[in-house]
Amino acid sequence: MTWLLDLTPDEWNAVRLSIKVATVAMLFSLPPGIAIALLLARGQFWGKTLLNGLVHLPLILPPVVTGYLLLLTFGKRGPAGAFLAEHFGIVFSFRWTGAALACGVMGFPLMVRAIRLSIEAVDRKMEAAAGTLGANPLWVFATITLPLILPGLIAGAILAFAKAMGEFGATITFVSNIPGETQTLPSAIYTFTQVPGGDEGALRLTLISIVISMAALVASEVLARRVGRRMDIE
Amino acid sequence: MSVRVDIGHRLGDFAIEARFESAGRLTALFGPSGSGKTTLINMIAGLIRPDNGHIEVEGRVLVDTDAGIFVPKHRRRIGMVFQDARLFPHMSVASNLRYGRWFTPARERYADMDAVVELLGIGPLLGRRPAKLSGGEKQRVAIGRALLASPKLLLMDEPLASLDEARKAEILPYIERLRDETKIPIVYVSHSVAEVARLASDVVMLAQGKVVASGPTEAVMQRLDLLPSEERGEGGAVLDAKVLRHDEAFGMTVLGSAAGEIRVPRLELRTGAPVRIRIRARDVMIATEKPTGLSALNILPGTVVAIRPGEGPAVEVDIDCNGATVLARITEQSRQALKLRLGGKVFAVIKTVSFDRANTGAGLPVEVDG
Repeated sequence: MTWLLDLTPDEWNAVRLSIKVATVAMLFSLPPGIAIALLLARGQFWGKTLLNGLVHLPLILPPVVTGYLLLLTFGKRGPAGAFLAEHFGIVFSFRWTGAALACGVMGFPLMVRAIRLSIEAVDRKMEAAAGTLGANPLWVFATITLPLILPGLIAGAILAFAKAMGEFGATITFVSNIPGETQTLPSAIYTFTQVPGGDEGALRLTLISIVISMAALVASEVLARRVGRRMDIE
Repeated sequence: MSVRVDIGHRLGDFAIEARFESAGRLTALFGPSGSGKTTLINMIAGLIRPDNGHIEVEGRVLVDTDAGIFVPKHRRRIGMVFQDARLFPHMSVASNLRYGRWFTPARERYADMDAVVELLGIGPLLGRRPAKLSGGEKQRVAIGRALLASPKLLLMDEPLASLDEARKAEILPYIERLRDETKIPIVYVSHSVAEVARLASDVVMLAQGKVVASGPTEAVMQRLDLLPSEERGEGGAVLDAKVLRHDEAFGMTVLGSAAGEIRVPRLELRTGAPVRIRIRARDVMIATEKPTGLSALNILPGTVVAIRPGEGPAVEVDIDCNGATVLARITEQSRQALKLRLGGKVFAVIKTVSFDRANTGAGLPVEVDG
């Protein structure tokens, strides 16, 4: 087992970076994920089908295409990229932040789907009851809707995290494969498979990948069960 | 004036055109399913916006479509008890109870947690989750939750409709206590003659989206012709009475009413306690001479004041017994055989055993705290 943990600094970097990128991607997707899921679950507006399609686009497009589109929009010379760099000092191209953006976009449809389903399952009569007790719509959301969709939120967040841990195509297309900056676990494994004698490194990272993904899955199961038990929905 | 409603509303093919006002302690919105009762109560609560009209509670205008006024539900301070309780599943009973209190401005809070918990007998439930409660317990907690928001008006939308008879009997006394021991006016939606006769001080009777009668319960409930057909058998006179004494030897209670003494099966009430009884019209026989050799114990002398055609072979006879009206449903054949006419002296005969829990206010169960 020791050989498994006997990682080179570059490999450690890849592990740490992957976790950082996946965590940031997940956390930053949550607020817009909830907002869009709410809009899709409850909104009645023109262009709802279009919005739904746009959200799902990363799921059906080849990841390379998504990555390339990100490069065109958020790259140094892309419209959004140039604007953000100039006004907020946020740079995506060839940075880990870009990897997080790519991972977030790729996981977004999965997250929105899970949250949307749980919002649609909420009994709106509960919210009406809370309203008659004096809670304004914001409080109703915070004290009734949000706790009731918690299992869906957790599921969506874990799905997005797992997707981010495994994201490869869009990331490598958008921010390349720079050790220590944008080389996540999948990129590192890919690199190992491209050099002679890289098999051992690739296997090590593969096993680590499996462990992290399994841990995330188990954590989500445990969390969801605890929330579910606390709630005891009939 | 506590509640004033005058609204018009369309829902597809169904149109509601209702106007009533009530200052009663407990006003029942009564009518068959589909008569618009729930829609009306939802409008008072602010869950439905009427197409046009005016709603006023305790002098405060909540809806006035002409003036563009629509107070959102969370600013109305109107408590609502739903048929399906709607307790929040992710909170304990105690948190459910405290929920509305939290949103009530401190100076407007009048409901006291301990008093409400005591009133409804829900002390032992506080630490539990809603999923672990029986239907009756849920409904009591839902009532408590609404009360603790210190509402200016309490709306109850068929709170007993989804419960079985035993659970209904368990909750009715608590609603009576609520009516008698708190100062909040109540609007109560029901399609049950038994509930309305027992609880309501005033009745607004609805049919097909229109108000067909309204006024004090005793008066409105005599309109047997207006009762929904499936409830017509339950219709009859509603009398306010008092416990005079108990007849322990035969297990009976003697009640005093304007119509005279009435013997009913033993009630668990102290002497002097008020009881409201409903005498089903179909349970009343008419005799033109004081009957002898008859098993029925209640024989009330009176005068025929009205005869109306009833359903099928039946006629409905109003008998004035010393100022109180007793209704009898008999066949047209009997009416002709007895030669009943207006002003005729008759005796209304009622069997003691025709009274049961459903038509005598039976008071609180002995095991209040369960």
